[in-house]
Amino acid sequence: MIRMENVTKSFGQKHVLRGLNLEIPRGTSMVIIGGSGTGKSVALKCVLGLIQPDSGKILVDGADARGGDRDAFLARFGMLFQGGALFDSLTVWQNVAFRLLRGSLKRPVAEAREIAVEKLRRVGLTPDVADLFPAELSGGMQKRVGLARAIAAEPEIIFFDEPTTGLDPIMSGVINDLIREIVVEMGATAMTITHDMSSVRAIADNVAMLHDGVIQWTGPVAEMDASGDPYLDQFIHGRAEGPIEAVR
Amino acid sequence: MSLLSPLGWLGRSVLLLLAATGRITLFSLRAFSHIFRPPYYPREVFNALMQIGWLSLPVVGMTALFTGGALALQIYSGGSRFNAEAVVPQIVAIGMVRELGPVMAGLMIAARVTSSIAAEIATMKVTEQIDALVTLSTNPMKYLVAPRVLAALLTVPVLVGVGDIVGIAGGYTVAVQSLGFNPAAYLQNTVDFLEPLDIVSSLAKGAAFGVIAAMMGCYFGMASGRGAMGVGRATKDSVETAAVLILAANFALTGVFFSL
Repeated sequence: MIRMENVTKSFGQKHVLRGLNLEIPRGTSMVIIGGSGTGKSVALKCVLGLIQPDSGKILVDGADARGGDRDAFLARFGMLFQGGALFDSLTVWQNVAFRLLRGSLKRPVAEAREIAVEKLRRVGLTPDVADLFPAELSGGMQKRVGLARAIAAEPEIIFFDEPTTGLDPIMSGVINDLIREIVVEMGATAMTITHDMSSVRAIADNVAMLHDGVIQWTGPVAEMDASGDPYLDQFIHGRAEGPIEAVR
Repeated sequence: MSLLSPLGWLGRSVLLLLAATGRITLFSLRAFSHIFRPPYYPREVFNALMQIGWLSLPVVGMTALFTGGALALQIYSGGSRFNAEAVVPQIVAIGMVRELGPVMAGLMIAARVTSSIAAEIATMKVTEQIDALVTLSTNPMKYLVAPRVLAALLTVPVLVGVGDIVGIAGGYTVAVQSLGFNPAAYLQNTVDFLEPLDIVSSLAKGAAFGVIAAMMGCYFGMASGRGAMGVGRATKDSVETAAVLILAANFALTGVFFSL
């Protein structure tokens, strides 16, 4: 379980997180929604330690996310970045098997490659893609490779940062379905940030709406449409009028 | 108020300079500490050795060749004003080995390697590849910075050594082909005049300049701002800072070796 308690984070005069409280039960898929610049990515990066919160607690299975063995902590996570964040200088299979080629999860090269090719197949890519470089792939294929890399070491917790941004609706649907299938299949805890409502409906067990540095509403995805929360309602229907200022 | 504002500007500039010096010093100490602590990434070190050392050979060699040739012509021309044309071999040798070889190689490395490292790491930062490294349990200081600094420390002295030899060869070619020097006498004068300390100082300068060049590329790359402008600025700042620091270090090291 991931628990964030009163997490705050400011960048200079800009207060991004103002006491964020969020709980993601083990084995569930939480999707955080909210407008651009509301701190969704910051919240996610705080959990991973990529950004240090100013105050508050972040607990993963009861243990402080900032303490203990960092390598072991990160080995529990997989992450799909918004732009893929594939390493240009490495081939696709080396990207996917990155964690398996070095560090505590190191395997023999042949075995790592085999796992990489299997993960590529799992996300719908053929083995001939394995020896290409990321620059030779389309945006959708890069997202799939990023997804394969995120699941290569069978993590317990997977984070997805804007998984469908920049993709056409059909490819977005494919990625959403893949994410849902993989999360269910692996029994992983998932945290996704997005403002794509089709992703929310496809991926989420639970939804949290982040606005003004705090969670405005959270609950099961089935209750989202009848929440009665004016912030959530405005966001999911994409209305310019409402409590959320259209110009931020 | 108007009288105080220049002082305020000066004070702010000094504080910013001191803060930047502190950040670069801490970054450099961390980078060095990661060179000696596991895990090690031999493949990354090998790639950096190739990029910084092997692939810089042509540009360093060509620079040294032309510099040595021009130096021979200048010394001959200047020396002829007081009947000292015969000192061409000695001055080319000492000029190349003590000063021009290391400085020219250092500046060419700053242009070629510092810019490339800064642009590459800054782009990795902008595209979240540095964050991806962290989430994949890989310390960017160990994976990106330490191999490049180590490779520069090892290869730039070799490049400087090669540059010294090529520069002397350039001077020799011009002197023998155009200025009528005796080939054997030219080489004998060169060998007789150079001292071991000249070569040691040249290689030591090479090591220092290599570390400066790689470190500045890595520092400004890691500290890059967002977007294309951030990458461009990181690249520009890295080359400017590396070039100035190389020239300052050259002055300081020359002083040190001068006093020996």
